[in-house]
Amino acid sequence: MSDYIMEVKDLKTHFHTKKGIVKAVDGVSFKVKKGEILAIVGESGCGKSVTSQSIMRLVGDKKSEEVTGEVLYHGEDLMKKSRLDMQKVRGKDLSMIFQDPMTSLNPAYTVGTQIAEMPMIHEKKGKKSAWNRAVEMLTKVGIPSPAKRAEQYPHQFSGGMRQRGVIAMSLACDPDLIIADEPTTALDVTIQAQVLDIIRDLRDETGTAIIMVTHDLGVVAELCDRVAVMYAGKIVEQGTIEDIFDRPKHPYTQGLLNSVPRPGSRERLKPIEGQPPNLHDLPNGCRFAERCPFVMDQCIEKEPDLLEAESKGHTVACWLEEEGNNDGDRGNTEGRGTEKVF
Amino acid sequence: MATEEILKVEGLKKYFEVSNGFLRKKSIVKAVDDVSLTVKRGETLGIVGESGCGKSTTGRLLMRLLDATEGTVHFEGENIMEWSRSELKKRRRDFQMIFQDPFASLNPRMKVEEIIEEPLLTIGMEKKERKERVSQLLQDVGIPESYKGRFPHEFSGGQRQRIGIARALALKPKLIIADEPVAALDVSIQAQIINLLMDLQKEYGFTYLFIAHDLSVVQYISDRVGVMYLGQMMELAESDELYEHPLHPYTQALLSAIPVPDIHAKKEKITLTGEVPSPDNPPSGCRFHTRCPIATERCKQEVPEFREIKNGHYVACHEV
Ligand SMILES: Nc1ncnc2c1ncn2[C@@H]1O[C@H](COP(=O)(O)OP(=O)(O)O)[C@@H](O)[C@H]1O
Ligand SMILES: Nc1ncnc2c1ncn2[C@@H]1O[C@H](COP(=O)(O)OP(=O)(O)O)[C@@H](O)[C@H]1O
Ligand SMILES: [Mg+2]
Ligand SMILES: [Mg+2]
Repeated sequence: MSDYIMEVKDLKTHFHTKKGIVKAVDGVSFKVKKGEILAIVGESGCGKSVTSQSIMRLVGDKKSEEVTGEVLYHGEDLMKKSRLDMQKVRGKDLSMIFQDPMTSLNPAYTVGTQIAEMPMIHEKKGKKSAWNRAVEMLTKVGIPSPAKRAEQYPHQFSGGMRQRGVIAMSLACDPDLIIADEPTTALDVTIQAQVLDIIRDLRDETGTAIIMVTHDLGVVAELCDRVAVMYAGKIVEQGTIEDIFDRPKHPYTQGLLNSVPRPGSRERLKPIEGQPPNLHDLPNGCRFAERCPFVMDQCIEKEPDLLEAESKGHTVACWLEEEGNNDGDRGNTEGRGTEKVF
Repeated sequence: MATEEILKVEGLKKYFEVSNGFLRKKSIVKAVDDVSLTVKRGETLGIVGESGCGKSTTGRLLMRLLDATEGTVHFEGENIMEWSRSELKKRRRDFQMIFQDPFASLNPRMKVEEIIEEPLLTIGMEKKERKERVSQLLQDVGIPESYKGRFPHEFSGGQRQRIGIARALALKPKLIIADEPVAALDVSIQAQIINLLMDLQKEYGFTYLFIAHDLSVVQYISDRVGVMYLGQMMELAESDELYEHPLHPYTQALLSAIPVPDIHAKKEKITLTGEVPSPDNPPSGCRFHTRCPIATERCKQEVPEFREIKNGHYVACHEV
């Protein structure tokens, strides 16, 4: 048995639309270890949500949705599972939290009923013990007066409480992997801090692995162990948080880090010029080439592979990392920040 | 000149009467409840706070898009609350607003040049001058002139925000109220727009009231920052002062809660317990006392006065 709970290999999700093929996810590979929090970070439209939905097999059933690649979960390929078997996995060992808690909550049932349903379905628990579990889970995620709250409906909860309710639901069957898609994006910062604490404690106490999908580099730095940076359907850089924050190699990662204002700093921001490419009209070469301050001829001709950089496990898809192209002083991002829009 | 007040707001209140439930029970939402502030000419005053604390309502009151329940707003010494409709229309050119969702604020059936030209028509500008002004504005916000015949849907979110900015600048306003202008944008695009707003200010000397929920962005762009909570101003100080020496427990918690994109940042987290109370039934005394780690008996009874503690540093807290 490998150390990895999940290994995603060359995942591709292409949507066939009237305008052509949208390559939303285009050859994504990563691994998640037990107890690890992996961030998938990138700007909107880069394919983060489609990646998580593809893993959960929430896309791929329609004719227009073409999903290929392997998603090994404890060594078993989820892509090969029947729909029914997949339903058994979902919500039990592998669960998902969405940005909008109402994706998971049914307004017509009490929160307690919906949480209790999980152990009743997946663990064949009786009503009473499932209800007790629900209350226990609500306690765990810090809902005050949990027994009373369990009997209330989602609309009686505030936004932050609903998201905690959803986390409670996702925990009800002791999953070993949770995929959380922007779980705190809709929340205010003080409530976000509470929810991030809950997620961190959860991992520390139970060793549950988490794939944290986010666009917020602050959340990545504070919560995660490893990071995969996505751009236009691909992972362009992957490594530990130290690799990504202290020695980012890909010009896109560097650009993202330079775009955010640092508390207390007055230095001029250095945005990435332009905008991401159209996913149904992708360039032949590197997808970032058009916006890249270090672009070379090679970059426009051919797509770079994700290769290991200096330290083990730190991978980068950039021609600059190829032997001979790397002339040293590039980490210094001086002179960036030309702000053409087009 | 540098410290001249362009805007002076005193005791501003906006109460909304809302009816809820089947019983149509009326309740009063105190969206803005006794806010006072001044904006100096040429500066950027930032306003932060969590959703529902009254930031947008404040902005709309200052634009007179809403009528205040109480309070006065002086713009260059004149009480704008007393302006008649026609006077307001005449003076509108002096203060303009930029919104969060550029798409919603741009007419989808109008070409970009028409959108930007529209305010110029209202003041009866000649055609030739209008065309020149539109070209200049497009150039100012970094949209190529060749795109002027396109429609809003043909642009990305960041470009639409540039168009919204061009339109707001058309009449050379003195004061620009920007309500979450970058909240809907990705970080790299957000940085482009922030730089643009700061460059334009440097060039034309605009005064900004910059409203946002993102404290790092507000701090970065603003000279001074005010922190709101449940309709009230809790603290106001120079941006660096607020960041380095926050005095109000709410500001301290808010600052400590921002996730910082720096893995070596050593931060002491103050995690607030509980939820933000509803503005239709705000807590007595200090509105923050239900979540405040240092609240005392007095905080439950008495509303703390918003007072100047140090030079230019205001705070509403009994314990400071
Ligand atoms: N069902 C679909 N059909 C066609 N395109 C889709 C579909 N779902 C998502 N996409 C496109 O795939 C791209 C990636 O989307 P998504 O994964 O949601 O991005 P994000 O990184 O913001 O989560 C986007 O361009 C989106 O428009
Ligand atoms: N037209 C309205 N009618 C009733 N309540 C309103 C209205 N506009 C705003 N509110 C309420 O006033 C409070 C402050 O809202 P707002 O100024 O939009 O906050 P912010 O911009 O800080 O998120 C909220 O509780 C909001 O629900
Ligand atoms: Mg998404
Ligand atoms: Mg608002």
